Amino acid sequence: MPVMNMIQSLNDAHKVLMRRDEDIVVFGEDIGFFGGVFRVTEGLQKEFGKQRAFDAPISENGIVATAVGMAAYGLKPLIEIQFADYIYPGYDQIVSEVAKMRYRTAGEWTMPMVIRTPYGGGIFGGQTHSQSPESLFTHIAGLKVVVPSTPYDAKGLLIAAVEDPDPVIFFEPKRIYNGPFDGHHDRPVTPWAKHPASEVPEGHYTVPLGKAAVVREGSELTVLAYGTMVHVALAAVNEQGIDAEVIDLRTLVPLDIEAIEKSVEKTGRCLIAQEAPRTSGFAAELSALVQERCFYHLEAPVERVTGWDTPYPHSYEWAYFPGPKRMKRALEKVMAD
Amino acid sequence: MSDKDPAPLKPNRPKLALHVPEPPFRPGDKPDFSRIDVPAAGAAQRPDVAASATETHPLTTSLVRVLDEDNRAVGPWDPKLDAETLRKMLRDMVTVRAFDDRMYRSQRQGKTSFYMKCTGEEAIAVSAQTALDRDDMHFPTYRQQGLLVARGYPLVDMMNQIYSNKGDKLQGRQLPIMYSDKAYGFFSISGNLGTQFPQAVGWAMAAAIKGDSRIAMGWIGDGATAEGDFHSALTFAAVYNAPVILATVNNQWAISSFSGIAGAERATFAQRAVGYGIAGLRVDGNDALAVYAAVRWASERARTNQGPTLIEFFTYRAEGHSTSDDPSGYRPTDEAKAWPLGDPIERLKAHLVTTGEWDDERHDELIKEADANVRAAQKESEKLGILPQQGKDNIGSMFEDVYAEVPWHIAEQREQALDESR
Repeated sequence: MPVMNMIQSLNDAHKVLMRRDEDIVVFGEDIGFFGGVFRVTEGLQKEFGKQRAFDAPISENGIVATAVGMAAYGLKPLIEIQFADYIYPGYDQIVSEVAKMRYRTAGEWTMPMVIRTPYGGGIFGGQTHSQSPESLFTHIAGLKVVVPSTPYDAKGLLIAAVEDPDPVIFFEPKRIYNGPFDGHHDRPVTPWAKHPASEVPEGHYTVPLGKAAVVREGSELTVLAYGTMVHVALAAVNEQGIDAEVIDLRTLVPLDIEAIEKSVEKTGRCLIAQEAPRTSGFAAELSALVQERCFYHLEAPVERVTGWDTPYPHSYEWAYFPGPKRMKRALEKVMAD
Repeated sequence: MSDKDPAPLKPNRPKLALHVPEPPFRPGDKPDFSRIDVPAAGAAQRPDVAASATETHPLTTSLVRVLDEDNRAVGPWDPKLDAETLRKMLRDMVTVRAFDDRMYRSQRQGKTSFYMKCTGEEAIAVSAQTALDRDDMHFPTYRQQGLLVARGYPLVDMMNQIYSNKGDKLQGRQLPIMYSDKAYGFFSISGNLGTQFPQAVGWAMAAAIKGDSRIAMGWIGDGATAEGDFHSALTFAAVYNAPVILATVNNQWAISSFSGIAGAERATFAQRAVGYGIAGLRVDGNDALAVYAAVRWASERARTNQGPTLIEFFTYRAEGHSTSDDPSGYRPTDEAKAWPLGDPIERLKAHLVTTGEWDDERHDELIKEADANVRAAQKESEKLGILPQQGKDNIGSMFEDVYAEVPWHIAEQREQALDESR
């Protein structure tokens, strides 16, 4: 089976999709001839032509808006916003148009589009290339929100997202494009090739939306995470020697609530890890759900590990990132009682 | 520097001053529109459809006009329409006005929450639609009901939407007049102004990607040209040479803000085309023949891969912004009467009378007939209910169509809502 990093598997997903469906068009800043700043769209213009893979002006508003018009026509736009931090000029179109079109037209017009965007820190991108704005989208009815954490899942989830009838915001954890990350920034980077999920089947397959994955079984604690934090959490529980069950949510909306309930009911403890700022983050929603639905199984308060409620400061990147120290402290707290 | 301690003025520099545009007339003033330059009908040149965009740019500061002082169609822009087409346009415009009057009253009678008239602007949507093909695609804003009427959309369906009643295909989810109909090439209207403008460009790009022959027309008001969406639309249209007509209806008012607040003191809205290097036309929006001719010209251009055209329809919003607005609070009440470009229905009627194709009797008959049609539709629609009666039955339907399938969390909320309604 081919071994791929996440960039290669996402690129492969594009090719599989575009070969199968001529209505899929790909556009975004620098994605055409050049193949994208992270190379995810490399070779698409060469294989599929300029009509189906082309550069867009630096206008996230225009990129999303024209994708709306294309979806109204009957195409399936698969667009790239170069960094999640740049998505805000397109936010009105996403929130007021993309998310609500099916509803406001009673199903006459739908928006089967995918908006891919790299998110998260750990690459010294400073305030404007490091944000994790997923909760701004999980809050919007009508959007699905997906965050892969491995090359295998990235390809399968992207194919499922493009084939889904609803609009999907597809957040790509850019820190782990080239290799999983245990949170120890001072250690050498491990390539994906050493990780089993780098084995990516050729051709078409899907990882269903709305289904979480139990990436580590355990009995003492449930850890809920997505994207980069899946790997940080796994490393932390292993380092602390805690028999934790680690759940990679993969899709935030719709959420796999059954997997969460089942695990928390078994372990009686829950820790939630997100890279985004703490206040009103998706971890807050998860915490509320666990408290509402699993309260009588809980042996300790639900604990959150998050980024700080500050912008992402360039030189203090590793003081901001919820790494091993923050994880350790939270694990000790949630396991204490 | 703190707010309390501004730096001392540098004595040799002028003191800076903020300019906040102010309309020429406020309530109590006598409106005088002599400042508006109204070129003679027929004076504007008509470039070839294949002309370079630059050749159109002198037209962005003039005004394409066809109907002259004597109600005759003159000059190179005269579309030379047959009388039957003109009478159909007149009938549609009269129907739109009758519809607006009935629905305005309906709102005042408490039968619905909201309504928006397009009085004084009827020629724009009706003539534009007449100039396009039936299967071209509109991305309208909220004063283009004439597009639907000109395409023969059932008035009762429009009213069902306005009443959110059992016949409302949008299932009571949208504010009145936010129509949507795919089969009639009328995209869902958004209350977030400007969003539809670049969407029209996207639809046109898709048509071009697919080698289609249909084109798109986007609509925006003078006020919303200030949105970033306007810039995105023109940029993308220019970059990809999209087969789209981008129409700015400059009716001088955005609720209470005059067009100067959107930048009209500096340049015309049509002149925006110059900076993007696309074709631009400025058109007398109260002249049904000029509107038709301009849209026809732009559509031929788009259909033959010669690119987009920005058209400014210069007109005047004769009534309030909506039923929630009272314009007497911010402009003289007699401004509409003083408007130098007249009333579009009266002008088209006078043209048909002048050419011997119409008379006062037939016109009075047409008005009665339009009113009767509107009343009949209203009666039929009201049988299906009016707004105050809605929102009680079929509560579960409000949870559908958020997604293709109802996810667990919305299903749980639906159960709770159904429980509350019992």
